[in-house]
Amino acid sequence: MWDNPQEKYPELQPILHQHKDEQGSLITILQKAQALYGYLPLSLLEHIARATGVKPAKVYGVASFYAQFRLTPIGKYLILLCEGTACHVNGAKAIEGALMEELGVPAGGTTTDGLFTLNSVACLGCCSLSPVMMINGETYGGLTPEKARKIIRALREAAA
Amino acid sequence: MKISIGKGSCGLAAGAGKISDYFSKRARAENMDLEIGVTGCIGMCYLEPIVTLTDDCPGNLLGDRPDNRPDKIYVKVDQAAADEILLLCQGRENNAGQYELQEEDRAVLNRQTRVALRNCGLVDPENIEDYITRGGYEALRKCLREMTSAQIIEEIKVSGLAGRGGAGFPTWFKWRALRDAKGETKYMICNADEGDPGAFMDRSVIESDPHTVIEGMLIGARATGASQGIVYVRAEYPLAIKRLENAIQQARDRGFLQERVLDTDFSFDIRVKVGAGAFVCGEETALIASLEGERGMPRLKPPFPAQKGFFQRPSNINNVETYANVPWILSRGGQAFAAMGTEHSKGTKVFALTGKIQKGGLVEIPMGSSIRDVIEGVGGGVKEGRALKAVQLGGPSGGCLPAELLETIIDYQTLAATGAIMGSGGMVVMDSATCMVDMARFFLDFTCKESCGKCVQCRVGTKRMLEILERITKGEGRPGDIERLEVLGQHIKEGSLCGLGQTAPNPVLTTIRYFRHEYEEHIERKKCAAKRCKALLSYRIDGEKCTGCTLCSKRCPAKAISGEAKKPHRVDGTLCVKCGKCAESCRFSAVVVE
Repeated sequence: MWDNPQEKYPELQPILHQHKDEQGSLITILQKAQALYGYLPLSLLEHIARATGVKPAKVYGVASFYAQFRLTPIGKYLILLCEGTACHVNGAKAIEGALMEELGVPAGGTTTDGLFTLNSVACLGCCSLSPVMMINGETYGGLTPEKARKIIRALREAAA
Repeated sequence: MKISIGKGSCGLAAGAGKISDYFSKRARAENMDLEIGVTGCIGMCYLEPIVTLTDDCPGNLLGDRPDNRPDKIYVKVDQAAADEILLLCQGRENNAGQYELQEEDRAVLNRQTRVALRNCGLVDPENIEDYITRGGYEALRKCLREMTSAQIIEEIKVSGLAGRGGAGFPTWFKWRALRDAKGETKYMICNADEGDPGAFMDRSVIESDPHTVIEGMLIGARATGASQGIVYVRAEYPLAIKRLENAIQQARDRGFLQERVLDTDFSFDIRVKVGAGAFVCGEETALIASLEGERGMPRLKPPFPAQKGFFQRPSNINNVETYANVPWILSRGGQAFAAMGTEHSKGTKVFALTGKIQKGGLVEIPMGSSIRDVIEGVGGGVKEGRALKAVQLGGPSGGCLPAELLETIIDYQTLAATGAIMGSGGMVVMDSATCMVDMARFFLDFTCKESCGKCVQCRVGTKRMLEILERITKGEGRPGDIERLEVLGQHIKEGSLCGLGQTAPNPVLTTIRYFRHEYEEHIERKKCAAKRCKALLSYRIDGEKCTGCTLCSKRCPAKAISGEAKKPHRVDGTLCVKCGKCAESCRFSAVVVE
């Protein structure tokens, strides 16, 4: 696990170098690493620990503390279902049920074909369009269970 | 001719990007002399996308520039509306008038008093010149040239400005503590980690008017001797981060952020730090831990951040909305700000009005207005003319107030006495279709997930409370559960270090206080009058309405619905899994849910 980390993550080198003298830059490094690799596998966390001199337990502790960091890969389409208060009041739970059924995965899961990951977020801030979900940056508002299913089917067909 | 398109997150979500592209394409194709500008969010989220037709001066939507006639505002602009607006711009016959902002909607703006939001939706957030044209950075000039540090702090004291992030602590007191603290490098930090689900004013201010936050921080830094600024923004707000970084660069280019600002001995610079998603980081000591690259766990106070903050150096933390008020106060004087509001709560407050509301969006009103003023006066009341059941204030730290308390005035102390809090300003309107036990469960689920785990009472207590609430909503509530929730809630409030734990039980305790009968109904009669708790519902088919189309029986995953085609169907209660698919699919409203 500890062998040749430099060769394993060459793209990360400039980032590690840029922040090497900056106090408290661990979160920023993890964010940039995730932007590069899509998620933070254990070996990458170990590599960062070694390169920065921060203890591996602390790196893992930080990575697992914050909601933004993913320790497993995600699907091609990342569905962020808003579970903010306004969405909840306007029926987000029913949308979640429809999505879980349509995708066949629980919240937080990724479909076996690697196409979709279903995540929930606290608030997307588009409360007047609630219930809302965001898929790869595109916002879909005024959802009904049926509308949500149709959006997934359309994406699935487009990907096929 | 110039049109401006509202491109805040809500506008973009409603399609402002596509409309903007369409205007550009058409204007190019027809060789029109049309300038297409950008503004942020005017706060009327329910009317997005919004397009304004302006003269050459930046925004005059409120008619507050006497030299300029009020702009024309077009709402819910789609392609058809865009075509009409383009005809109007070409001086040709058009029907653009039908898309113009209606009088009743203009009243939504006119009934507000905008201080923190004074430029939102009017200026181009990506262009510092717009901000300067509307008097931007004048307050900073005044502070640098005419005022001492003590005078600035005194002006803030006179204004009565208190922290808008939720706690309501007097801003001048924190500033004075930082000024008096010893240390070479002092930090002015802006808390833009807006985590309350249902509150989005901080995002909107940064997206729509980032320079007001920068100017507020500059004035604070001047007053306290801080030389470094940090804005801690949620990662979920990519547009706010982009516009803020752009605005900081423009402020540097114009000489507002640099060594020796405007040729004085004052130096200041700001950097943006992107948060990584943790609600607890809204608490100032947790925020500092996160800035230091640690897990965001709160620390014991004292020492206060003003003594030992970011990397043990003196630091001051204020919320976005607090900073946004500062330039206005310094330009117009603390007295003008203090003239609005109540004895103990001065100025205005921004609320994010959402839920079952007619006209949802951002609303800024003077302290001392009633909750009814906000919901009915500005927001137009409950959706579809229904009756209001409750209003939730302050997000997961706040509470639910019943309709009887609508006359409660907006004031830190008055709201606290009801069991709710001012909080960051989330105001979620609920009607009879909202179950209060389910709402309490929703908020506890949130705080339980977001508890950092440091204090046992919060870490374990919220989990136990959530378990009890879950079993009540599943029809498995036991006698004594309400009392257990109350005792647990009290322990969590007393035994938690930070605001998250101390306020986490509020949504449960206030719903028990005002809606105890709903808890009792769930526990004793196993009924949910709002029909939200699925386990407590039963489904049957109204034989009169059912046409026997068979759709429900096809959709039923449990094969609980039987019946011949073209004859009324029946639901077998012993097989029914209460998924609600039959009710969802029935086109004749024949499925009765009880």
